[in-house]
Amino acid sequence: MDGDNWYYSNKVKEHFFKPKNFAIKEPKENEFDAMGEVGNFACGDIMRMWIKIDPKTDRVKDLKWQTWGCATAIASTSAFSEMVLKNGGMKIENALKIKPQDIAKYLGGLPDRKFHCSVMADLAFKKAVENYRQAKNLTPS
Amino acid sequence: MKKRIYLDHAATTYLDLRVKKVMDDFWIKNFGNPSSLYKEGRLAKKAIEESRLKIARFINAKPQEIIFTAGGTESDNLAIFGVANNFKKGHIITTKFEHHAVLNACKKLEELGFEVSYLDVGEKGIVSLKDFKRALKKETVLVSIMYANNEIGTIQPIAEIGKIIKDFRNSKTSDFKTYPLFHVDACQAAGYLDLNVEKLGVDLMTVNGSKIYGPKGIGFLYIKSGVKISPLLYGGEQERGLRPGTENVPAIVGLAKAFELAQKERDKESKRLTSLRDYFIKRLTKEIPRVYLNGDSKDRLPNNINVSILGVEGESVVLYLDEKGVSCSTGSACTSESLEPSHVIMALGGPYEYGHGSLRFTLGKCNKKSDIDYVMKILPDIVKKLRAISAVK
Repeated sequence: MDGDNWYYSNKVKEHFFKPKNFAIKEPKENEFDAMGEVGNFACGDIMRMWIKIDPKTDRVKDLKWQTWGCATAIASTSAFSEMVLKNGGMKIENALKIKPQDIAKYLGGLPDRKFHCSVMADLAFKKAVENYRQAKNLTPS
Repeated sequence: MKKRIYLDHAATTYLDLRVKKVMDDFWIKNFGNPSSLYKEGRLAKKAIEESRLKIARFINAKPQEIIFTAGGTESDNLAIFGVANNFKKGHIITTKFEHHAVLNACKKLEELGFEVSYLDVGEKGIVSLKDFKRALKKETVLVSIMYANNEIGTIQPIAEIGKIIKDFRNSKTSDFKTYPLFHVDACQAAGYLDLNVEKLGVDLMTVNGSKIYGPKGIGFLYIKSGVKISPLLYGGEQERGLRPGTENVPAIVGLAKAFELAQKERDKESKRLTSLRDYFIKRLTKEIPRVYLNGDSKDRLPNNINVSILGVEGESVVLYLDEKGVSCSTGSACTSESLEPSHVIMALGGPYEYGHGSLRFTLGKCNKKSDIDYVMKILPDIVKKLRAISAVK
């Protein structure tokens, strides 16, 4: 052991030090279609996610996020954004099927104790979709 | 490997080479069991008793008042349960921001029927003597208060508390006049503060090796003559039956040497680190926006810097610093099994954000001003980046 094995997986490390798709500044009003916010101060993770949807195909065209959180919160959100935006963007209904387990798997595993508190990207996305559908006056599926 | 800058001496210290040197003889050459009658045993016994005497002299105690244990946690437990086990119930006073070795021992005693008062420490992280006086009751059997806090380094008024306890005992008319007993956890203080037990007025005092450039897994408990303690373990006659089991001779010898060096070099090193500490605090709070010092700025250990960096989360900062070769720690929930932010930072009364964004740097013998300058070169950019990602502005 030389201590160079990182505390979490290498994939977590990659997303933590080079997070993808985060919003450097809060997006302007018309830049995105909806926003979802989850988390609380007590557990130390707050996340916001903005989504842009192609109304014809129902695909996620763009997604940006911000999180106040630990390494796994940052990495799991970055990973989620990459999963959703791959290949021209997932359809909403498919993206909604992504579970924390899937994100953890994508990242090469997460410690159990970090699972529930820090993987919130799926929840933030769900919230954003709810808001999107409400705004479009569509009934939630 | 890249050069590392170690700024977490409150977690543990490296072994001083002078300590290692005195330990070297006791692994193979002088390996005897101190309880044996023959020469090897006598040599080992002598080494232990000389170590005991050395430590006792430095704290103004008698050698038989020093009991060697396997470290700070064990000494704390021996002090607390050792007193409490002589009673079926009773009242204990401690503080909200003790080390878990004390806090969880007290919580266990609550389950067993004891009443425990957890004193507030205010926003400065220092127990109020007024609160303490008010908490004393005739049923109080034990007071356990740390000398200096392990996370924020604030120094508690131990001698004043000792005096209040003495006066309280003397005012009693019952035959319960020797209580409450006063235990002090001095693990963090040992390298920096005066440990004269007479001046402090303590009955029990915990010190360990791993914070003073000594070996890990060794410590002692000072037990004032006449104080009745029950052991945690049952076995042989070692350590007056209070800590049975074959003594860890090399570690005991190392602890005594480390303690001697800590006491001799205390004043000079304290002075040096105090000025480094204040320089670091000044730069942190001036050069990075929304950084706040946790705990009193003056009544704190010379080596402790603990700040909350708002808008970022501690674990992220620690791991970014680690990547750049700097070791420090955080009170963020993300590093604990409980997922609760540091009970110490929370005891200061601030919002959760202060706990999650807290960062602790603790200086030591190996640190120089250039180490701090390096941190101040890289930390502002790390904070900037994490704040850019952060949803809390």
